Amino acid sequence: MIVFIIRRLLQSVVALLIMSVLIFVGVYAIGNPVDILINPQADQIEIARVTAALGLDQPLWVQYWEFLKHALSGNLGRSFAQNVPAMQLILERMPATVELALCAMVIAVALGIPLGLVAGMKPDSWYSKTIMAGSILGFSLPTFWVGLVLIMVFSVMLGWLPSTGRGQTTLLFGVPVSFLNWDGLTHLAMPALNLALFKLSLLIRLTRAGTREAMLQDYVKFARAKGLPMRRVVLVHVLKNIMIPIVTVIGLEFGSVIAFAIVTESIFAWPGMGKLLIDSINVLDRPVIVAYVLIIVFMFVLINLVVDLLYSALDPRVRLSEMTA
Amino acid sequence: MSVAVERSPFARIASDFAASRLALSGLAVLALILLAAIAAPLISPQNPYDLAQLDIMDSKIPPGGVSADGMRFWLGSDDQGRDMLSAIFYGLRISLGVGVLSTLAALAIGLVIGLTAAWFGGWVETVIMRLVDIQLSFPSILIALVLLAVLGQGVDKIVIALVAVQWAYYARTVRGAALVERNKEYVEAAQCLALPTRRILFHHVLPNCLPPLIVIATVQVAHAIALEATLSFLGLGMPITSPSLGLLIANGFTHLLSGKYWISFFPGLALLVTIVAINLVGDQLRDVLNPRLQK
Amino acid sequence: MPVLAVENLKTHYFTRAGVVKAVDDVSFKVDSGKVLGLVGESGSGKSVTGFSIMGLVDPPGRIVAGRIVLEGHDLRARSDDAMRRLRGDRIAMIFQDPMMTLNPVLRIDTQMIETVLAHRPSSRSAARDLARAALGRVGIPAPDERLEAYPHQLSGGMRQRVAIAIALLNDPRVIIADEPTTALDVTIQAQILYEMQKLARETGAALIWITHDLSVVAGLADEVCVMYAGRVVESGPTESLLDGPLHPYTAGLIASIPSRNQRGKPLAQIPGMTPSLLRLKPGCAFRERCARADGACMNAPEITRPTTVRTLRCFHPLVTQPTVDHLL
Repeated sequence: MIVFIIRRLLQSVVALLIMSVLIFVGVYAIGNPVDILINPQADQIEIARVTAALGLDQPLWVQYWEFLKHALSGNLGRSFAQNVPAMQLILERMPATVELALCAMVIAVALGIPLGLVAGMKPDSWYSKTIMAGSILGFSLPTFWVGLVLIMVFSVMLGWLPSTGRGQTTLLFGVPVSFLNWDGLTHLAMPALNLALFKLSLLIRLTRAGTREAMLQDYVKFARAKGLPMRRVVLVHVLKNIMIPIVTVIGLEFGSVIAFAIVTESIFAWPGMGKLLIDSINVLDRPVIVAYVLIIVFMFVLINLVVDLLYSALDPRVRLSEMTA
Repeated sequence: MSVAVERSPFARIASDFAASRLALSGLAVLALILLAAIAAPLISPQNPYDLAQLDIMDSKIPPGGVSADGMRFWLGSDDQGRDMLSAIFYGLRISLGVGVLSTLAALAIGLVIGLTAAWFGGWVETVIMRLVDIQLSFPSILIALVLLAVLGQGVDKIVIALVAVQWAYYARTVRGAALVERNKEYVEAAQCLALPTRRILFHHVLPNCLPPLIVIATVQVAHAIALEATLSFLGLGMPITSPSLGLLIANGFTHLLSGKYWISFFPGLALLVTIVAINLVGDQLRDVLNPRLQK
Repeated sequence: MPVLAVENLKTHYFTRAGVVKAVDDVSFKVDSGKVLGLVGESGSGKSVTGFSIMGLVDPPGRIVAGRIVLEGHDLRARSDDAMRRLRGDRIAMIFQDPMMTLNPVLRIDTQMIETVLAHRPSSRSAARDLARAALGRVGIPAPDERLEAYPHQLSGGMRQRVAIAIALLNDPRVIIADEPTTALDVTIQAQILYEMQKLARETGAALIWITHDLSVVAGLADEVCVMYAGRVVESGPTESLLDGPLHPYTAGLIASIPSRNQRGKPLAQIPGMTPSLLRLKPGCAFRERCARADGACMNAPEITRPTTVRTLRCFHPLVTQPTVDHLL
């Protein structure tokens, strides 16, 4: 088991290194790195100084080494727009995005799996078909449009929920969170629901397909032949079998949720990393863009690693074969 | 004993497809939308991009209202006095055009790359597939955003971004299907006959890769349209001179809060109906063309 | 009184392509401690008969006629919940492929303990003891280790023994075994056959052994029931039936057993193919493959009793006045 973990860790490090090379090439080798990293409003003396400071006149592999060193120590340049380290900007905004993403995933999982189970057990029933029709709508609707409609209905027409911003936050272990107070919750509700909708539909479809397939398996028939109540057959026998691919999907989709948060944050003016990215793109604040990409890549590789480990922990066939490998 | 009548595969697919009323209605709606998009200049009451036809006095009229010179705004008008119905027809044109164009281009590129990978195997295949894997592990919106940040604005840049986001999916599908075909005996036979590689690939392997490709392409058109709409909404997509549905929605966003919902809502509805129709058709196509579900 | 009596059972599947009469008038009975062999080709309806008894026929199929009498009570009259409580408790079933029937992600002890707990209130440790004892009874060494294992860690023969042990856990009155040795090695087959026979006698359970292999049945069963296209065509005590078959189909089956054929000569076969149950023609289902068929066979024959212990469904039996009359 330890061997397996170490092997996966090494693979992740390799993946990170490759990605860092790609990003480095994208930033330094394509186009003019001077434009990307130096404030376009700086004068010649400033440009010369920063060029030397960033080592832009050095051979490429030296630059890569410097880039790597800087990245590992968290120095990714200073934002043009705000003249603070880009990394700091992003880290400040990260909790808002992560909280939003987590809420969205919780909603998607808490609703998606039970609905999918129900739809899969009796695939020809009217409620199953309704759920499936709903799920098609759910992943067809572009996220931003759903956000629009939500604002239209709940803010403008009904006036129940605020349409922008994060509202009040309370500190949880030194990190500001919204869900612990009522004002924050009302601000969190729509964005989280908006972000959750696509994943919810995905999970419903996935769970239903898995359940449908599982119900036809011999072990379900055998479980019934043993006289087990249907509740146990579904909640233990079927669920445990379909959980493995579903957990994998949930894990991998979490990264995608963080990316999609870009849209939701823009619509609801949620002060997270995504909104920061859009604002930065609009004002061409390139260090922030680069920093965002690096951090996202890192998060993705991390998530992939965790999901892989989780998968092997859950599936006894994989776990035991890895042990003997 | 009766003999089963042999139908052409196309007839079988068509009749299987028609078994779902939902899919058929999706197809019908899609046909209507395509017609509307192609015939936009002919059926629009007004050309919303001809500044001479606009009157600022006609702005923000609710649906059903009438303009200063008697033209009825069935779906209302926006803040520049444009008729929403006309704007939607033109917008459909652009949205569909960009979506279909980028899908076809991505399909062509992905096809070539996938076939290359499957045919040559070895390290060529490994390198290509690793690239595909890396690209596919990132969400499309992220890749598109970063590309547009680097490339800047413009219709061609958007198409490039959309193609860059999609090609990997086709490449992977084609390579998978081509691998299955490559291992079949008829390819070996063709190779024994010393047929040129190109001929084997295009006349024999390719036709068998088509069914999954068709399914994916259909659904991907919807995805491309949605992605373009999202990018335009975020301000990184189509320029104001050729507004797609996404841009129309973005324009109306600010007016939403003051109750003038129609400027955003109707283009949004048009977008929604288009995407749902495409998805319905694609879903049924997938079930029909999937050999494993054949009863 | 027989433990289980099936009377004129009919189970039909109502599919979009038509009605499939999977089981179309099947009757037999089994006494406690005895083994009944239910023999037929695939598609003869023997597995569906087993599922019908268990109440596991799923839509689009359902039992349309007949009685299934377990210890005097008609099972068809029971509610779904009452049937569930009987399954695994009074009637148990063993399936063909144990790799697919044991849940791959649950441990063996979980799958055994839940069977006990589903039918009587008990503590987990008491249930575990029962499980351990059951594993011992089917001849599994080191049962504690096996209990903690997952199905894929056991060999095929071992898995099937576990399935048998699960069937025995609640001391059922009837065990239905659906081709339990088909997926196993021939040597293991013989072992398991022997052990099951022994267990049936010891516990007094009635065993219904469903198979397509007559030679299996020959050494194992007390009575044999031959099925064809959803109907029972012949039944009787094993020795009597195998030595003196009355139905042409039975004779054909016996003749095609490899050990009964001479070396170097082509294997005897029954000409033709099993009919599709979807397009069953009227009359005797075996008509088109039978050398003895004539115009009378256009009407479906009914079950007759040529002797007190034999039943037959045929107008042209091989022996019109059977003189062999074994009473067992």
